[in-house]
Amino acid sequence: MKRSNAPIFWLLFGAGGMVSALVGAMLVFITGIAVPTGSLLPRGLLDYQSAHTLAQHWAGKGFLLIVIALFLWHAAHRIFHTLHDLGIHAGLMAKLLCYGSALVGTILAARALLSIGF
Amino acid sequence: MSARRPYKRPMDGWWRRNPFFVEYMVHEGTAFFVAAYAFILLVGVMKLAEGQAAWDGWVQWLTSPFAIFLHVVLLVGFLYHTWTWFNIMPRTLPPIMIGGKRVGPAAITRTGLAAACGASLLLLAICWSLAR
Repeated sequence: MKRSNAPIFWLLFGAGGMVSALVGAMLVFITGIAVPTGSLLPRGLLDYQSAHTLAQHWAGKGFLLIVIALFLWHAAHRIFHTLHDLGIHAGLMAKLLCYGSALVGTILAARALLSIGF
Repeated sequence: MSARRPYKRPMDGWWRRNPFFVEYMVHEGTAFFVAAYAFILLVGVMKLAEGQAAWDGWVQWLTSPFAIFLHVVLLVGFLYHTWTWFNIMPRTLPPIMIGGKRVGPAAITRTGLAAACGASLLLLAICWSLAR
């Protein structure tokens, strides 16, 4: 019997959903509200030097890649399956568009983070 | 060509007829918020790799009123996602037994929300310590 590839996508969906449920709201608050407005956290946190140092550190690099990739795979899987509920049937095209954009985003993020170096 | 014209029950807007399914669609819709934020972060990481000028431009955009408003909207979406994620978790997890008894749905949701609070505060604390 041919093995299904569904568990892979389901696992990525679950992992992304869990990470985003645990820290997503706080991340949005920190990077989008607290630091840019300079309230609660200093604006200096998003200086080029600080951001570059964070992205060079293995932990910062790993965290950024995990957040971007898992969020993308989570959203892709959820949107793909909700399309079906809206009467757009889960064909190859919908699958390619959803998972394909998550894959492209993951590759772009990995490439950028690698080029920043260690 | 067949002359048969079997009745097909119209399904357009099926989810709008029942508040349960409206909520379902709204919580599924949080995926767009998650995707939008991942896209913003992705652009940021790519700008960071490009160099200081590109990065500064991105930070400049982050401080614009539109970007801040957008993030407030995203924050609401993410909070709703967190809430629904742990609310649904009792139905998505396999049964968990502790001491021979099945853990109840309310306990699972509470534990999940507490973990989210803990992880978020930890993240904020790390940022605070980085800012020193």
